[in-house]
Amino acid sequence: MTTLEPNRTPTDSELVAERSTGTRATRAIGIAVVVAMAWLLLFALVFSPADVNQGESVRLMYIHLPTIWVAYLSFIVSAIASGLYLFTKNHSLGWDRMAGASSEIGVIFVGLTLIVGSLWGRLTWGVFWQWDARLTTTALLFVTYIGYLAVRRLDGSHHQRAKRSAVIGLLGVLLLPLVHWSVRIWRSLHQEATILNTDLDAEIDGLMFFSILVGLVAFSLLYVWLMLHRTRVMAMEDLLDDRGLDVALAERRAEGGVR
Amino acid sequence: MTAWSVAWLIAKKDLRIERRSRVLTNQVLPFAGVTMLIFGFALDANKAVLELVAPGLVWLATMFSLLLLVQRAFAVEGDDGALDAMRVAGVDARAIFLGKAIGLVIQLLLLEVVLLFAAVVLFAETIPAGGVVLLVTTLVSATCGLAAVGTLYGGLAAGSKGRETLLPLLTLPAVAPVLIGATRAVESALGTGVAELSDGWQWVGLLTVFAVVFGVGGALAFGPLIDE
Repeated sequence: MTTLEPNRTPTDSELVAERSTGTRATRAIGIAVVVAMAWLLLFALVFSPADVNQGESVRLMYIHLPTIWVAYLSFIVSAIASGLYLFTKNHSLGWDRMAGASSEIGVIFVGLTLIVGSLWGRLTWGVFWQWDARLTTTALLFVTYIGYLAVRRLDGSHHQRAKRSAVIGLLGVLLLPLVHWSVRIWRSLHQEATILNTDLDAEIDGLMFFSILVGLVAFSLLYVWLMLHRTRVMAMEDLLDDRGLDVALAERRAEGGVR
Repeated sequence: MTAWSVAWLIAKKDLRIERRSRVLTNQVLPFAGVTMLIFGFALDANKAVLELVAPGLVWLATMFSLLLLVQRAFAVEGDDGALDAMRVAGVDARAIFLGKAIGLVIQLLLLEVVLLFAAVVLFAETIPAGGVVLLVTTLVSATCGLAAVGTLYGGLAAGSKGRETLLPLLTLPAVAPVLIGATRAVESALGTGVAELSDGWQWVGLLTVFAVVFGVGGALAFGPLIDE
């Protein structure tokens, strides 16, 4: 960290420059992510066999399953962190930033899952979208958390943001089973549930199963790497906000001749 | 004074404001009516289709109007800082939540009756005598859920920048189960399409659970949400 002259307020760029979100640990994880992704590409595109029914399009599964896994993981982490913020005594903003970062990552990965899933659906079912319980619930999950992210951007203090978003985050978790329940009986009344070929049963090819596992490991590592960086960036943003206020106060004081 | 009597006072105050300002009757009801009309345009005034989808259209129009009513319910509080004043005066946040929600329930029920009437007139729906009990139960349980969600998110968005756009984004996905459940239950009550009367009650179950979850959750969360 550079030392600053005592009576000079640091500029924004100096504040950011004196800190980086990278550490030795994140760099190591980053390299592991790159290696794991290369490994996944190799297994998904080269080693694993094409499916008997679906042909080459089955390879989309190696992205589809890991992305939805990361999305679920993100939302679970976000809900737990929200709960910890609300129900622990010191209401640490660290939990709030963890919930926020995790939700952001979750939204991105649900979005990816929906895109990849609809492409895959076009190839195997002939349509981009099915009004099936799982798909519909996932789509609603996506918009619910976009709303959550919008709440985080409302104006107010850091603790206000944390409280609001924690409440919304926990309500979102309560909502999920209700959404799933409603969509399931809705669809079961109108049509037979779509038979998805993604169920992991004993019949799945051993190499395919292993490739999926590689995907899960690679994407989980990516999640950890993104989380570490994003929470640190958020901490810096909060710091910058607070400093911005201090700077403004100091300027007004100086104008009034008060020291 | 118990929380319930405070809640009732707040609800009465809201309803009195609505009665005097006539926003519900002069703006929200006509808006809902126009929505029903333009559904007719969008669906090419196809009688068979309209009769089939009328229950869904009634609920869709209700939800759009819900957004207006919620904005309105918190605009009257926000203008003079009344919400903060009530909190400073030591009014229990749960009572405020309940009171605002009760006020909304009564306005929404009124609106739904008018919309159902519009569906009968415009879309040739019939209400069989056997379905009345199911219909009324559905209206009440669905409306309680809608009002709870609306009050909670309305309170959250109140007083912040961009609240007009935030409210629908938060509310519509959250009330999706109500839209599905209430539409199916009303279909059963009216006997549209292939819906059977007996199918309707499981939806009422879902609507009731939804109302309870958001009623209780909302009452508990409202305090932290509106406090500065």
